[in-house]
Amino acid sequence: MIKAILIFNNHGKPRLIRFYQYFAEDMQQQIIRETFHLVSKRDDNVCNFLEGGSLIGGSDYKLIYRHYATLYFVFCVDSSESELGILDLIQVFVETLDKCFENVCELDLIFHMDKVHYILQEVVMGGMVLETNMNEITTQVDVQNRMEKSEGGLSAAPARAVSAVKNMNLPEIPRNINIGDINIKVPSLSPF
Amino acid sequence: MALKIVKGSIDRMFDKNLQDLVRGIRNHKEDEAKYISTCIDEIKQELKQDNIAVKANAVCKLTYLQMLGYDVSWAAFNIVEVMSSSKFTYKRIGYLAASQCFHESTDVIMLTTNQIRKDLSSPNQYDTGVALTGLSCFVTPDLARDLANDIMTLMSHTKPYIRKKAVLIMYKVFLKYPESLRPAFPRLKEKLEDPDPGVQSAAVNVICELARRNPKNYLSLAPLFFKLMTSSTNNWVLIKIIKLFGALTPLEPRLGKKLIEPLTNLIHSTSAMSLLYECVNTVYIDVNTPPLPSLSLSLCLYLSLPPQLCVQKLRILIEDSDQNLKYLGLLAMSKILKTHPKSVQSHKDLILQCLDDKDESIRLRALDLLYGMVSKKNLMEIVKKLMLHVDKAEGTTYRDELLTKIIDICSQSNYQYITNFEWYISILVELTRLEGTRHGHLIASQMLDVAIRVKAIRGFAVAQMATLLDNAHLLTGNMQRMGICEVLYAAAWICGEFSEHLENPMQTLEAMLRPKVATLPGHIQAVYVQNAAKLFATVLKSQEGNTDSTAAQETSQLMIDRLPLFVQSANLEVQERASCILQLVKYIQKLQQKDVEVAEEVSALFAGELNPVAPKAQKKVPVPEGLDLDSWINEPPSESESEDEQPKAIFAKEEPKHSRPRREEVDEKELAKRREARKQEQANNPFYIKASPSSQKVYQEAPGVEHIPVVQIDLSVPLKVPGLPMSDQYVKLEEERRQKERAEKKKKEKKKRKEKRSGRGKKHDSGPESEEDITPAHQVDIVTEEMPEWSIITSYIFIKTKSYCVTVHVCSSRPLADSEKLPVRSHRAAEAPKSPTEDGDATSQEPKKKSSKEKREKKKDKDRDRKVRISTGLFLCLLGNHSHLILVSSGLPGINKCIQKSKLVFCFLPLTKVYDIQGNLQDGSQVVVSVIFENKCDSFLKSMEFNVLDSLNSKLQRPEGSGPHDGLTVPFQLPPGVSNEARFVFTVQSIIMPQKLKGTLTFIVKNEDSSTHEKLDFKLHFTCTSYLITTPCYSDAFAKLLESGDLKCSSVRLEGVNMPFHHLLARICFHHHFSVVERIDSCASMYSRSIQGHHVCLLVKTVSIDAKCDEPTLLGNVLDEIKQTFSQC
Repeated sequence: MIKAILIFNNHGKPRLIRFYQYFAEDMQQQIIRETFHLVSKRDDNVCNFLEGGSLIGGSDYKLIYRHYATLYFVFCVDSSESELGILDLIQVFVETLDKCFENVCELDLIFHMDKVHYILQEVVMGGMVLETNMNEITTQVDVQNRMEKSEGGLSAAPARAVSAVKNMNLPEIPRNINIGDINIKVPSLSPF
Repeated sequence: MALKIVKGSIDRMFDKNLQDLVRGIRNHKEDEAKYISTCIDEIKQELKQDNIAVKANAVCKLTYLQMLGYDVSWAAFNIVEVMSSSKFTYKRIGYLAASQCFHESTDVIMLTTNQIRKDLSSPNQYDTGVALTGLSCFVTPDLARDLANDIMTLMSHTKPYIRKKAVLIMYKVFLKYPESLRPAFPRLKEKLEDPDPGVQSAAVNVICELARRNPKNYLSLAPLFFKLMTSSTNNWVLIKIIKLFGALTPLEPRLGKKLIEPLTNLIHSTSAMSLLYECVNTVYIDVNTPPLPSLSLSLCLYLSLPPQLCVQKLRILIEDSDQNLKYLGLLAMSKILKTHPKSVQSHKDLILQCLDDKDESIRLRALDLLYGMVSKKNLMEIVKKLMLHVDKAEGTTYRDELLTKIIDICSQSNYQYITNFEWYISILVELTRLEGTRHGHLIASQMLDVAIRVKAIRGFAVAQMATLLDNAHLLTGNMQRMGICEVLYAAAWICGEFSEHLENPMQTLEAMLRPKVATLPGHIQAVYVQNAAKLFATVLKSQEGNTDSTAAQETSQLMIDRLPLFVQSANLEVQERASCILQLVKYIQKLQQKDVEVAEEVSALFAGELNPVAPKAQKKVPVPEGLDLDSWINEPPSESESEDEQPKAIFAKEEPKHSRPRREEVDEKELAKRREARKQEQANNPFYIKASPSSQKVYQEAPGVEHIPVVQIDLSVPLKVPGLPMSDQYVKLEEERRQKERAEKKKKEKKKRKEKRSGRGKKHDSGPESEEDITPAHQVDIVTEEMPEWSIITSYIFIKTKSYCVTVHVCSSRPLADSEKLPVRSHRAAEAPKSPTEDGDATSQEPKKKSSKEKREKKKDKDRDRKVRISTGLFLCLLGNHSHLILVSSGLPGINKCIQKSKLVFCFLPLTKVYDIQGNLQDGSQVVVSVIFENKCDSFLKSMEFNVLDSLNSKLQRPEGSGPHDGLTVPFQLPPGVSNEARFVFTVQSIIMPQKLKGTLTFIVKNEDSSTHEKLDFKLHFTCTSYLITTPCYSDAFAKLLESGDLKCSSVRLEGVNMPFHHLLARICFHHHFSVVERIDSCASMYSRSIQGHHVCLLVKTVSIDAKCDEPTLLGNVLDEIKQTFSQC
């Protein structure tokens, strides 16, 4: 079982949190802080497993994480999950994000947290791995996005227009800031 | 209407959406909190509008804020509204928000049941999908119960997308509503062969999770999984299946043999490293792990898979450049270490190498492995290496880990691997220099342990401790180091207790009385004060020998000057000791001024040597003269205890109960023998409890060792090193010592070569220099000869040799649990804590020698045992070991009223309980009420009569010939301040309802001049709980019982109980006489049996209790009582 999935950036700012076990909000924040503290002090060329972290911890649990450019993807899992399997799963998840957002970068996650959630929901459900096939995941996500668009129809058009105008006036447009290519292939791991 | 919609959507244009919110927050970096609070106000406004689109937008923003740590539970109802929107877009937002912030105690969840049901049956598969995903995150027992059927139908949905989600969510449903497992299981099994690989994978996933909890139930699926394993190509599924087999093989060894081929195939064919690792891990390790190590070992042999081979494979992993593989290799290695330590030990070089790895995770793994691979030969080397790491380590967690590991490694199996304790003490002292460690107490306890048990080291230890005390300011310098000041506790005690070894006791005494000491924690100050007194005694002794008497007086003056600081301490313990000792010193000073020699008497205060005593030594303590355990304390209860009636054999494992008397029989004989031996020993030295002389055999067992003279190290060398010692020098010294020894040994060898060398090297690996060649420089006082086989030394009871045996007896017995109220067992209480089950196992392992003589004696013994038991049952009640004792106080009318108001709790000791150890549930209709009468007034109470108004159901048992309304005379009188206990037997017909019996107690209050008749009314509350008897139950019997299907079920919620789960369990066990059958995380099954043989089974979770019993009324009442227990706390 997966106990929690955390995505935060190099400064510990949460970009997505998904707990499959209840924690109160302040506890969640504390877990994020602690996990960030543990993970951030590790070099990039050390192993991707971590024990400890008293909050999410317990002897049966492990943190398995990957670091992509500016983002950390951290999964907290128990011993029923295969360590390398979860690493592959993170890769699958990130590659899926990459496909759905077309060259994903941190800003996509910042501004579209909801969409990232919807993608994650097709990968992991209630702490258990639902689908590991990337094509299947993207197909389902696409279909649902299309449904949303068709539902929006006319009534949503003005809102979209306004949103576009707002974007134009602001200095900060996601695409212009290239924080880095998120899609870094991990060596020595054969694709899942 | 149309206009309104248009207007709504125009309004919406200017609402902030999620992106605007994020952007806003990013633009308000400096006043983020303020900005967000205005946003929340806006959101609140938006939520008030009718337009669902606006609401959904608001909820979406809330989801984002929740991630930032804001509590959004206030919007729970709005979330439900958005969830119930007909549009997929909004529905999805609603469910997402719900899955992020709903949890079991969210009360609006109960409003969602129908909505979710509607969504589940929606024609749009994505509506269903979204509902399933959401539900998987916040499913509650109620939702699970109500929706289980709907979800089960979805498992055969036409769309695989829905099927796989439905299958996965079933696991959550099973967790919350276990009853659904049985009906859903066939369908779940069916899904293992679903045409869609996704659904298949989900089903495998669910069954693997289920099997993790209880593998036994899923053995029957093995063939199916076997088929899947050979046919599936999905790596994820394969990994899960292999993991599942890993859990199943220990239960069904034949599986392992079958698995080899497909697994080997996989290993050769797969390209996925993850799968490869799992294969290797399972083949080589999981078959080796307990519960059946020996069996799996033979399996290993049978499969011709020597553990060496797998270790070699793992070595390849560990040497890989990929850090992940290295980590996993070490992880797997530690699993092998448990079963085959030798095969891992040969890879010590590799492990040590990993200790230098830059990665902390890998270092921690390697540390774990080190524990199993130390030997006498390499201990110093390894620890030296670890000490280097300690110096280098950054971050306290890793350093603390290192510290505990060093101590673990050194102290394992009774310091087996330590050859030089001076070295060890130096290591400990060096460890005290660690900054900010939390493990001060650990170091302290090691210091104490070594100093007490290794007599030869005391001189050295005392010198070191004196230095520590002298430099105490280094340890207490700043507040961060408070953890380490615990070692001062040990240091002070060692210096005080073994002060005769001190070179300069005066200096140490002064160090202990420095004003700075007052900043230490109270318990340490207390030890300081007490040991300052011990030191004082030593100093006096040495000074009075001299002609100059002023020195002694000065010492007293020093004490008198410094102690007042402690007398003012806020800590009671410190204050009390200090003022006591201060007065004592003042008195001594007076005597000194009169030129009286006091040193002898002062040191007599602290005389006596401290000896370690094995836990089992308790058995040897003889019964004090004049205490006859066989005599009755009270009148024997009515003769109803026939031995022959056995309880109905419902549970498979009743044997332990019956076998217990047998064990006692054996023990009785042995005990007598031991007692004899002991008496002789004591004849020589009436106050001495000696550590048995055979205790030092441990090291002498190795043949040839006794011929080797232990070379004494010149102690003066380390002692003269200024300041704190460096442990490194011992490594060198030790080398030299060993070389010397070896040389000497060689000489001897030559002489002895012709002699036979039988029995040599059986125990240890004989390396180039075999283990037993290394003799320890000091010997540990290890009192092991009485050690039970299963235990390592867990605790020692130290007994001052002067103290009287009986005191020890009482002090050392731990608080007695209900089931242990037996004299025989309370004698042995110090043995080690054992649960009744373990006890039973131990008994069955004992050799059953049954000579005909013993058989004849058996009956006699049994009779005596029974008497003893009953009498002690009372005895212990008097000791107050039972929490339910009632104190009936009486005397003045005013007090009477008070008593009537306050709730009186009577203790029911069901008669059967006294015998339950013998397995005699023989009379299901009797309960015994033990009442303690305490006279709290200052008059004499006599002629007490106890009477209860019988009900149809419950009757007080009266002596034959007396009428139904006659009272029972209490067979004693009570002088003022005295308490005594009487027992009354009640006959109860039905035990399913609680009841209250009214009763009166009449008695005569006798004063000096007058005597008055008084009456005290009371109520006896017979709770249903009091009819339950703690009965151990095995999980398989428990499962069978639950399966049997004749139990009715019921449940209760525990509102507002926020105590740790184990407290909750303990409370139920204690107050309601249950025993825990099995516990998994925060879920436990418990069992108890009524005196009439009803089974009561509980499934306790943190917030609710599900219960089953074959008598619904009884169950209801018991649950009510449990609920009440928790509502009172």
